[in-house]
Amino acid sequence: MLPGAGDDPRGELVRPYAVTRGRTEPTRDIAIEAILVTTARGAQEAPYAGRHKQLIAQLCSHSPLSLAEISSHLRVPIGVARVLVADMASEGLLAVYQQSDDESQGERIEMLERILGALQRL
Amino acid sequence: MHSSDYRYPLDPDPTRIRAAKIVIAGGFGVGKTTMVGAVSEIEPLTTEAVMTSAGTEHDDLSGVPDKTTTTVAMDFGRITIGPDLILYLFGAPGQTRFWFMWDQLHRGAIGAVVLADVRRLPDSFASIDFFENRQVPYLVAVNCFDGAPVYPEADLREALTIPPHVPVLLCDARDRESAKAVLIGLVRHVIDLHQRGVPVGLR
Repeated sequence: MLPGAGDDPRGELVRPYAVTRGRTEPTRDIAIEAILVTTARGAQEAPYAGRHKQLIAQLCSHSPLSLAEISSHLRVPIGVARVLVADMASEGLLAVYQQSDDESQGERIEMLERILGALQRL
Repeated sequence: MHSSDYRYPLDPDPTRIRAAKIVIAGGFGVGKTTMVGAVSEIEPLTTEAVMTSAGTEHDDLSGVPDKTTTTVAMDFGRITIGPDLILYLFGAPGQTRFWFMWDQLHRGAIGAVVLADVRRLPDSFASIDFFENRQVPYLVAVNCFDGAPVYPEADLREALTIPPHVPVLLCDARDRESAKAVLIGLVRHVIDLHQRGVPVGLR
């Protein structure tokens, strides 16, 4: 519990960003669907990186999860999760996989056809 | 965007995991979360985005106590396509006041479904305008609620001013097969656009 948070005239909104020490700008842009996987280094070092980062490292070591899922599981707004995850990526604790702008059209169509096939078999 | 960074690795992990997303847009109460839940392999989860009156999600909130804020809740689900590919479905409120997050939400998306309610067709106008302007491929799925009047497709197209190149489907958002058919229709439409050389995707 943060001191005085209950009567903060700025309302509840400010409190989530306390976990990022008030920073609202991530160090890099991470898409909402970007996939996060805890690195070997993350598994070793995240226990000492604070409660939220430790939790993220635990969640993303069992199965790959997206930024959206991390936001949901931590019950923090997506912007807060993005700041934490960007920090962890910079620190080498998380690998971040997201779509590349230089993806070729062939690669794109191949992916779409895989998705089409999977949906038809659902 | 750090467009050249496909991954941010310090770990020599050879696996490439990819995520794809489809956005399901539409007015309040039209059945977006219901449709996500009908096909998702997980119970739909919720995430929130926060903005200030200045209109950016990342605006610095400290020391500006008089700014008004808006929170947008988005429900989402996922379908694992394979060990290296996961499809996410995001339900996104279509009202223009939420557009602060739409560019980011739609960047890189396969495309979008505009879920429409025949009893409240004007709720869909904003979404359709957005996708037309930004070259986001989309289709319109008209959710046929129990007891809702059924109109011919031509009438729906005219009422919604949907261009002829955009598919229109009738669906039941609660029904898994029906929701699947909508997603399949969208992916087919996008593949078709690629193959015809039509510029696709948010620019």
